[in-house]
Amino acid sequence: MGIEEKLPSGVLLSTVEGLAGYMRKASFWPATFGLACCAIEMMTFGAPRFDSSRFGMEVFRPSPRQADLMIVAGRVSNKMAPVLRQIYDQMAGPKYVLAMGVCASSGGMFNNYAIVQGVDHVVPVDMYLPGCPPRPEMLIDAILKLHDQIQHEKLGSNRLAQIKEEEKVALLATPTSAMKGLMR
Amino acid sequence: MTSTVNDPYAGTTHSTDGPVFTVTGQDWDTIDASAVEGDHLVINMGPQHPSTHGVLRLVLEIDGETVRDARAGIGYLHTGIEKNMEFRTWTQGVTFCTRMDYVAPFSNEAAYVMAVERLLDIEVPEKAQAMRVLLLELNRISSHLVCLATGGMEIGALTVMTCGFRDRELILDLFEMITGLRMNHAFFRPGGVAQDLPDGAIEKLRSTVRLLKKRLPEYAALCNANPIFKGRLKGVGHLELAGCLALGLTGPVLRATGYDWDLRKKQPYWGYDTYDFEVVTRNEPDAYGRFRVRLDEMWESVKIVEQAIERLALMEGQPVMVADKKIAWPAQLSVGADGQGNSAEHIKHIMGESMEALIHHFKIVTEGFRVPAGQAYGAVEAPRGEIGCHVVSDGGTRPYRAHFRDPSFVNLQATSVMSEGGMLSDVIVAIASIDPVMGGVDR
Amino acid sequence: MSETQDGSHETRDELVRADTTQLEVVEVREGAFGAHGTGDTSGFGGLTRPVIMPGATQRPYGGWYDEVADRLAGGPGLGDAVEKVVVDRGEITFYIRRQLLLETVTHLRNDPVLRFEFCSSVSGVHFPHETGRELHVAYHLLSMTHNRRIRLEVTTPDDDRHIPSVVPIYPTADWQEREAWDFFGIIFDGHPGLTRILMPDDWPGHPQRKDYPLGGIPVEYKGATVPPPDQRRSYS
Repeated sequence: MGIEEKLPSGVLLSTVEGLAGYMRKASFWPATFGLACCAIEMMTFGAPRFDSSRFGMEVFRPSPRQADLMIVAGRVSNKMAPVLRQIYDQMAGPKYVLAMGVCASSGGMFNNYAIVQGVDHVVPVDMYLPGCPPRPEMLIDAILKLHDQIQHEKLGSNRLAQIKEEEKVALLATPTSAMKGLMR
Repeated sequence: MTSTVNDPYAGTTHSTDGPVFTVTGQDWDTIDASAVEGDHLVINMGPQHPSTHGVLRLVLEIDGETVRDARAGIGYLHTGIEKNMEFRTWTQGVTFCTRMDYVAPFSNEAAYVMAVERLLDIEVPEKAQAMRVLLLELNRISSHLVCLATGGMEIGALTVMTCGFRDRELILDLFEMITGLRMNHAFFRPGGVAQDLPDGAIEKLRSTVRLLKKRLPEYAALCNANPIFKGRLKGVGHLELAGCLALGLTGPVLRATGYDWDLRKKQPYWGYDTYDFEVVTRNEPDAYGRFRVRLDEMWESVKIVEQAIERLALMEGQPVMVADKKIAWPAQLSVGADGQGNSAEHIKHIMGESMEALIHHFKIVTEGFRVPAGQAYGAVEAPRGEIGCHVVSDGGTRPYRAHFRDPSFVNLQATSVMSEGGMLSDVIVAIASIDPVMGGVDR
Repeated sequence: MSETQDGSHETRDELVRADTTQLEVVEVREGAFGAHGTGDTSGFGGLTRPVIMPGATQRPYGGWYDEVADRLAGGPGLGDAVEKVVVDRGEITFYIRRQLLLETVTHLRNDPVLRFEFCSSVSGVHFPHETGRELHVAYHLLSMTHNRRIRLEVTTPDDDRHIPSVVPIYPTADWQEREAWDFFGIIFDGHPGLTRILMPDDWPGHPQRKDYPLGGIPVEYKGATVPPPDQRRSYS
C-alpha cells in the first residue's frame, strides 16, 4: 500500500483525505468493458449530448492498467466471467466497479445457464445501477454518487476503521427475503 | 513444460485440437517451441478490446505485420435467449429477442413477429404496418450511424464517432416518444404494435427528418474523399459475389458486390412494395464500397420515412392491433395522471362493467394466446443482412423452439477470408466493414 | 389470405388446401400446473390437450411446389430421399432421409431449375417424445435466381446422432452446424472442425435440449422468493 501506510492520523489526515478524494474523483478514467446493450448507452454517455468529458471521463482506457473505474456494461456470460476477473485483477488500485444495468447487477431478465447472476459473484461492486438499459442520465447519476463515495473515502487507519464499520452494519442487516410486512 | 506452472493464468491445457498455451507476456522461448512455426507469432486480440467491435476474440497468427491465419472466437455474450423464450409466452418472447442485435432491436422483433403472425395466419392492420416500416427504417438509419461511428472510432477517426452518436440521439428521441424507450423497445407485438402514435408525433417526426437531412451530408463531406479514410478502407476486406453467396453474407456486404438482393424489394412485407425507394448497390466489394453503400442506404431510408410519415398523418384513429380479441393485447396503454398505467376507459370497463372482460384481460396477459401448431420462417431485411426466425409451435402458449438466423453470426464467418494475407490493422477495418453486433452473433 | 412472402404470386389459399393436409397427433399432454389425474379437485388434473402438428400433404401441392418436388425426386439417386412433404402456411417442408442429405443438397444447388444457391439457416429442434426421430435439423434454402424458399428437415434418433455435413456444398453452414452440435449434440460427419462455438469449450451437456434445465436460480425479493422460470407452475 506504500504511502498510505505512512500517513499521519488526525486533522492532517482528514485534509489529505479530502484532497486525495477530490483528485481521484475528478479524473476518473473508465476501462472499456462494454459488453452488450448497456455498452451502447455507455458510448452515448461519452458522446456529445451526455458528455462524459465534463467529469474528466471521456478517455475510456483500453488498458486496465491505466483505468480507475470498470463499468461492467452488459450481460456477463459464463464464458466471459474469467476474462472479467482477469481485467479486474490487472487494474491498479484504487479501483472501483460500477455494475451498469440489471444484467450486471443481478443477471437481469436472463435467469439461465449462460449468464452470471450479477457480477458481484466475480468482482466486488461499488455501485449498482439498474435499468435495461439505464439512460445515460441514470449512468451520470450513478457516477456522481460514486464520486461522492470516493470523495468521502478515508485513507490509512481511518479506512480500516471505515471498512470494519461497514462490515458490522452489513452483518446485522436483515436479509432481503426476511423483510416482510412492507406492503401495509 | 513451461516455467509458469504456478501462474493461474498461464498454463497449458489439452483440448481435442492439441495442447493449448496461455500466453501472458513471458518470453517466447519458454513456451513449447513446436507450437510456434518459425517467425510466426500467435496473438490473441482478446474479448476485451476497444477495436474488436464488441466481445469478439480474434486469434491471429502473424508473420511480421501480415496475418497468415485468423480465427474468430465467439460466444462471450451468449445469453441463452432462444432457450429462455421457450419458457415465456409469445408476447413476452418479443422482449427477449429484441435484445439480441441491440443496435437494431426492431429488426429482431420484426423477424420474430413475422414468423409468429404467419403461424397465426393473421394480417396486421395498415396503420400497424406503416408504423413498423417507419420504425424499421429509422432503426436502419440509427444502426448505420452506429456502424460509421464505431468503425470510425476503431480506425481512429473520433470526430465521426461524436457526429454519429449526436445524430443518433435525434432518432432515439423519436423512438422514446413513440415506443417509450430509447433501446430494446418491445414494441412490435404479434398482431400489431403495442401503442398508437402519441399526439404531436407527426410534427416531431417531420422536424427530425428535416434536421437529419441537414446532418447526413456531413459524413460524406468528412469521409468520402478523405485520403486517410480511403487509404485505410480501399482494397481492404475484399470479398466478391461468389464468396459472399457461399459464405451466406447478405446486407450491405452483398450489395457492395453489385448484386441488388434486398428482401424489401424481392420478398416484400408490410407494404414495402408500395413505397418508392431504390436498392443501393456498388461495384466495389471492399470496405470502402460497403461504407458508401451504407451512407446511401441512409438516404433511401430517409425517403421511406418521409413517405411513411405522410401515410400515418392520414391514418388518425385507425387501429394498431389486429381486431381478433383472442390475440390482441388488451388495452391501449396510455399514461394516466399518476404517471402510470392503462387507459381509463379500459380499466373502468373491466373493473366496473364486465366480469368476463376482466377474466379475458387477465387470461390474455398472463396465459397469453395459443398459436396453432406448426413451424414458420420469417425473414426481414435488417441493417446487417437477412435476419430470419424459425419458430416451431406445439399449439401452446409458449414457443416450442425459436431459432434466429442472425446476420452478424453468419457474416462474421467471413473474417478469416477477409483478413488472411492482409495486415494486422486491416483486420480491424475488415471486421468493422462487416459490422457485426456481438449480441446477435452470440444470442 | 394474403400473398406469400416470396416472389411467387399465388395466394396462400391456392397453395394450402385444407383437404390435402392430414393432421398428425404427436403427443397428448395431461394435466396443468403440475396437477395430474382425476383425484385433484381443482379440475386441472383432468385436462387433456393433444398436440396436433400438420402432417403429410397429398399431391397436388399447388403453385410451384409440384415442379420443385418433381425435380427433386427426379434427381440422380434421389428417388426415395424424400420421406414426407408438408405444405403449411405458405411454406413447403421436405423431410429428407439423412443418408441422402448430401446428394439432395448437391442436386438442389446445381440443378438449373432448382438453383437453391443460398442456405439461410440451419437450426436444430429437439422433440423428446418422437422416439426414433428426436433431433430434427431444419435447413432453410433460398433460391435467389427464382426467388423461392423451401425448408429441408432431417431427423436423427437420439442414440445415433449423426447427420452428414453440408459444408462442402454450403460453406455458410460451418458455424451454424457447430451451433447445432453445441446446443443439441448432433454430430455432423465431414464437418471441417466441429467444436463448441457459443458455450465455453469445456462445457458439459447440450443446453438447448429439452432435457437440459434452463439453469436459473430462485430470485429473492423482499419477503418472498420466486422460483426460476422453468420451475414455476405453467400451462401445459
